[in-house]
Amino acid sequence: MAKRTLEPVLWMLFSAGGVAAALLVPVLLVIFGLAVPLGLVSAPDHGHLLAVIGHPVSRLVLFGLCWLSLFHWAHRFRYTLYDGLQMKQVHELINTFCYGCAILGTAAAAYLLWQVP
Amino acid sequence: MTERSAAERSVYSPYHPRWYRPRMSTYWWLKRWAYVLFILRELSSVFVAWFVVYLLLLVRAVSQGEGSYQEFLDWSSGAGVLVLNVVSFAFVVLHAVTWFKAAPQAMVVRIGGQRVAPALVAAAHYAAWAAASALLTWVVLGG
Amino acid sequence: MADQITLRVARYRPEEEAEPVFQDYEVPCRDDWVVLDGLNYVKDRLDGTLSYRWSCRMGICGSCGMNVNGEPTLTCASFLKEHAPGPIRVEPLTNFPVVRDLVVEIGDFIEKLTSVKPWLIRKVEVPLEEGEYLQTPDELSSYKQFSMCINCMLCYAACPVYGLDPKFIGPAAIALAQRYNEDSRDQGAAERLDILSSHEGIWGCTFVGECTEVCPKHVDPAGAIQRYKLTAAVENLKSLLVPGSRP
Repeated sequence: MAKRTLEPVLWMLFSAGGVAAALLVPVLLVIFGLAVPLGLVSAPDHGHLLAVIGHPVSRLVLFGLCWLSLFHWAHRFRYTLYDGLQMKQVHELINTFCYGCAILGTAAAAYLLWQVP
Repeated sequence: MTERSAAERSVYSPYHPRWYRPRMSTYWWLKRWAYVLFILRELSSVFVAWFVVYLLLLVRAVSQGEGSYQEFLDWSSGAGVLVLNVVSFAFVVLHAVTWFKAAPQAMVVRIGGQRVAPALVAAAHYAAWAAASALLTWVVLGG
Repeated sequence: MADQITLRVARYRPEEEAEPVFQDYEVPCRDDWVVLDGLNYVKDRLDGTLSYRWSCRMGICGSCGMNVNGEPTLTCASFLKEHAPGPIRVEPLTNFPVVRDLVVEIGDFIEKLTSVKPWLIRKVEVPLEEGEYLQTPDELSSYKQFSMCINCMLCYAACPVYGLDPKFIGPAAIALAQRYNEDSRDQGAAERLDILSSHEGIWGCTFVGECTEVCPKHVDPAGAIQRYKLTAAVENLKSLLVPGSRP
């Protein structure tokens, strides 16, 4: 019987997050982080954006993106600290920090997306 | 699995002279270009996490009304945030490109007993990327 | 004066020094000579005290792996002319304890190979009278690549995770496990799962990918590991979600 660790599940979340982030983040970052602030495209009308974000499908998709991306970061950053900075000795602290932040972020995402009028 | 590696269990003697076992340097990742790229790729996840924060700030601003939304737009065009987002964009693209490069190696797709060429698997990922980007652009800006 | 090239060779004599030192040797730079030929020239004509491993000199035995200009390479496959004008730095394989000069201790590697049970495991043995286990070319192709490993350890030298944590089971061991897991005649995947899904197993791998880059036999251990991660994760999920199921 395989040992019951969380590692495989965390890895699957990392993988799913990697795919989601790769497919969806670049375009959203271009639009809201570069194009609109630089004036290359006019900012979407508030009412329109509110309607888009408020749609149940959007809420789900955005929640999924946030949740998976945060767990993608948590898993990857954890191993970067282990290997890059050779901090494996404090692995309990690192794990708590990484996955803790991811859980908090996911909760924040759930709350904020639930609260959209 | 033994707890200590073979090297750790050695007892040195005149007939078993001291092995040389250097410690891995903190800057091991600077020693080869492939390692530098690897660390950069791993650090891209930090910028993915930043984007999530940025996205949630946007969602909150939109939820709070016209005024908050405008405040967010003004804040996002400030020099500091803009520079951060330019850097983030570079890293996020690095993430996507390295992910699509790695995907065919990590997944073997078989159709009718034949292995699908790795180039095709990568192409499918890029196609999905283009389609998703086009769709999101249309939904957010157009419609 | 024929073409010459300098080999800058790491020497380590535990009875004399605490750390390796470099020693330069001038060897002929012939068109068809590889680094191993250079080392053999040193041993035969210049300095008989140099210690190193080699055997087949044609890239199949896996003995002559060393770091050439920082790259884990088979010295029998690395032409002197490619590194001209030199000097060519020749060091023992990274991430392994150095016994003497260019000779590294490989005990850990051998232990890891045997730990993944690299033999056909059968739950039910078919009696001899029923003939041999048959396999189609397609079934062969699903694991053949992983069977090409010559145990040269270049992948371990290139793997930073192994360098940072010698307990990591490593690329060749996992590729070898996959060679058997993917073999249609084998029924032992479940037994290997326990060993491979420990913390020092596949989960330590962060897909740096250098193992595949340096492999002289195109085994693609990185690919083997990532594919196995998915298999192991699915098995783990199955055993979590379906009560009483065996992985």
